[in-house]
Amino acid sequence: MSTTSLPNSPFAALNRGPLAYVALTAYILVTSALMLMNTRTSLGTDVLFILFLLSFLLLYRAKVSNSYKLALGAIMLIGVVPYFGTMNAYYIELAIQAGIFVALAIGLNVVVGFAGLLDLGYVAFFAVGAYLWGIFSTDQIGQISPGASPVASQLFYLFMALGLFVGAFFGVLLGLPVLRLRGDYLAIVTLGLGEVIRVLAVNLDRPINITNGSQGIKSIARPPLPDFLRALFPGLNDPQLYQLFIYALALLVVGLTVLTVFRLKHSRIGRAWEAIREDETAAIAMGVPLVRMKLMAFAVGASFAGVMGVLFAAKQQFINPPTFDLIRSIGILAMVILGGMGSIPGVILGGVLVTLLDLQILPRIATELSALKRQGIVIPDWFDPAQYQRALFGLLLIIMMIFRPEGILPDQRRHEEAHATEDQEALAEVETGEATPA
Amino acid sequence: MALLEAQNVTKSFGGLTAVNSVSLTVERGSIVSVIGPNGAGKTTFFNVLTGIYKPDHGSVIFDGASIAGQRPDQITRQGIARTFQNIRLFNNMTAIENVLVGMHARLSAKMWQIIFQSPSVRAEEPRARARARELLKFVGLEGRYDELAKNLPYGDQRRLEIARALATEPKLILLDEPTAGMNPQETLEATRLIQRLRDELGLTVILIEHDMRVVMTISERISVLDYGEKIAEGKPEEIRANARVVEAYLGRGAAAGH
Ligand SMILES: Nc1ncnc2c1ncn2[C@@H]1O[C@H](COP(=O)(O)OP(=O)(O)O)[C@@H](O)[C@H]1O
Ligand SMILES: [Mg+2]
Repeated sequence: MSTTSLPNSPFAALNRGPLAYVALTAYILVTSALMLMNTRTSLGTDVLFILFLLSFLLLYRAKVSNSYKLALGAIMLIGVVPYFGTMNAYYIELAIQAGIFVALAIGLNVVVGFAGLLDLGYVAFFAVGAYLWGIFSTDQIGQISPGASPVASQLFYLFMALGLFVGAFFGVLLGLPVLRLRGDYLAIVTLGLGEVIRVLAVNLDRPINITNGSQGIKSIARPPLPDFLRALFPGLNDPQLYQLFIYALALLVVGLTVLTVFRLKHSRIGRAWEAIREDETAAIAMGVPLVRMKLMAFAVGASFAGVMGVLFAAKQQFINPPTFDLIRSIGILAMVILGGMGSIPGVILGGVLVTLLDLQILPRIATELSALKRQGIVIPDWFDPAQYQRALFGLLLIIMMIFRPEGILPDQRRHEEAHATEDQEALAEVETGEATPA
Repeated sequence: MALLEAQNVTKSFGGLTAVNSVSLTVERGSIVSVIGPNGAGKTTFFNVLTGIYKPDHGSVIFDGASIAGQRPDQITRQGIARTFQNIRLFNNMTAIENVLVGMHARLSAKMWQIIFQSPSVRAEEPRARARARELLKFVGLEGRYDELAKNLPYGDQRRLEIARALATEPKLILLDEPTAGMNPQETLEATRLIQRLRDELGLTVILIEHDMRVVMTISERISVLDYGEKIAEGKPEEIRANARVVEAYLGRGAAAGH
C-alpha cells in the first residue's frame, strides 16, 4: 500500500535512502538562503516564502529518521522563520496568523474530525477568549464594575490558562442544547449559537457596558516583553522583539495543542470519539457514554480557541464583533476539510494554506493583476481583481473537493479506505472483464 | 437467583405493540434461545434489555438490580453485552480498535492523565492492547488485528462483533442472529464459538436465531415469540412438539389454504 509516492516516479529515489537526506537538506538550505537574501515584500519573495514553507511538507513526507526531521523542523521554526521575520515584519505577521489559525483548526478538528459533530459556530469560543482578555486588561472592566482597574499585564499568562477553562466552559454550555442533534440540524443550531455570541458582543453595551458594542475594545494590553529577549537580541528594536515574542507564544500554543490532540487521538477518549462518529448506537451499546464524550469533544475543541483568543486579543490590541462572524467559522472549517478531516498533519497544512491564500497569495494575485491592468490591455475594465479574491478562493475549494474530497493530507486510514474501494472497483472490473469472454 | 428476570415487558411503536407483556427468566450459565417469525419482536426485546428502548411497562432485573429505563452504556457497564442483527461495527476502525472501544468502560485513563501521559496510562494502554489481541484470538481472528473492520469477510465481521462485545466484560451476552447469512461450515464454527462463550468464559447467553439446527443443539431453553407475545417456552424437545409453535412457523402458510 504505497500512500506517499508512486513507485515509478523519477523522484521516488529522492524520497528515501541516503539521497533523501542530501536532497532534503539541500532544498531547505537553498530556499532558506534565497529567502533570507530577498527580504523586500514582492512577488519574488512571496514565491520564495512559499517554496520555503513547502520544505515542511517535504520534511513530513520524506523517509528520513524522525529525529532528523524534528531537528530540521525545529531549526526552521525557531531559527529561519523568526530571523527572516526580523528583516520583514510582514512575513512574521503571516507566520503568527497562520499559527493562530492552525491552533483553531486543530481545535475544530477535534469536534468535527474526531467526534463527527459538525460545528458551524466555532469562532464563538475564540471570541470568548479574546473578550476575556480584552475586557479585563482595559478600562472596560471599570465600565462593568465601577472602580475596578485593569489587571496587570503580567497576568496575561494566567489569562491564557483562564482562556482554556472559560473556552471549555462555553464549549460545554453551547454543547448541551445540541447533544441530541446530528448532521445538518447540528450544523444549523451551532451556527445559530455562534451568531448569538457575536450578537451579544454587539449588543452588550447596554444596560451595562460589557463589550463596548460594535465599537469594539481598544488599547488591549500586551504581556510585558521579557527582558532576556532584549538582552539576547540587542540589535533589534522593541516592535521587532515584540513580534518575535508573539510568534514564540503562538508557536508554543500550537505545539502544545498538537501534542495534546495527538495523545488524545491515540487514547481511550480518541477511540470513543471515533466510535461515536462511526455509529452512535453501537458506541453507546459498547459502554461509551455518549453525552459525556460529546461534551468532552466540545470542551477540548473550545478550550484551544479560548487560549488563542486571549493571545489574539493581545496581539491585535483591538477586537470588535465582525472579527468573529460566521465567515470566520466557515474559514476554519474550510481549513479542516481542505487539509483532511481527522488528520492532524492535514489540518495543520489546511490552516497554513488557507491563511496564506487569504492574506498573501490571493491579495498578491490581485495586486499583480492590477499592475498589469494599469499597464494597459490584458484585463477588461469591469474586472477589479481585488473584488474577485473570495471567488477565487471558493473556486479553489470546489476544485479541491472534486479532485481530492478526502483532503490534501487525509487521515491515513480514510485514505486507505478510499483506495480500498478503488481497489475493489478495479478488481470487480477485472473479474467481470474476465468472466464475459468465457 | 436467576441472572436475568424480565417481567411483563411491553414496548409499542405508535399503534404497533412490538413486544407485548413478555417475561423471560434466564439462569446463570445457561444458553437460552429466543425464536419466532420475522417481525415477532425479538430484536425489539433485545433493544429493551440493553436500554436502546425504554419499556412502556414491565421490569427488568439483572443480577439483582433493576435496569429498566437505564441508558445503554450504564447497562453495558453492569454486564450485558450484545451484537447486532445487521452487523454494526466501527467500519473505518481496525479490528483491534473495535475491541478497544468495547473496553472503554473498563479502562480508567482520564483526560488529564492522557494529556500528561501519566504512568498509569502508559501501563494501561499496552495491557489493553494485549487483552484485545487475546480476545481476537479467542474468536479466531489472530493476525487480523490491524485490518479495517469493513475489509474483513462477512463471517469474520460477525466474530469481531462478538470479540468487541466480550471486551465489555459481560456476564450476559445477547447475540442477535449470529449465524444469519453464513454457509453451513461458518454456521458450525459460529455454533462452537457460542458454546465456548459459556463453557470456557462462563458467560450466560441469549440467542436470537433462525437456524433450527443451531437452536436445537445448543439451547437449554427456548422461548418463542409471535406478534410480540410469548407463545411458548420450554426445552428444545418440548418446543419441537408444541402445536402453536409449529403453527406460527408453518401453519400460517398452510392455513392460508395451500
Ligand atoms: N424503531 C421502530 N419504530 C417502529 N417500528 C418498529 C421499530 N423497531 C421495530 N419495529 C417494528 O416492531 C416489530 C418487531 O420488530 P423486530 O423486533 O425487529 O422483529 P424481529 O427481530 O423479531 O424480526 C416489527 O413490526 C417492526 O416493524
Ligand atoms: Mg430481528
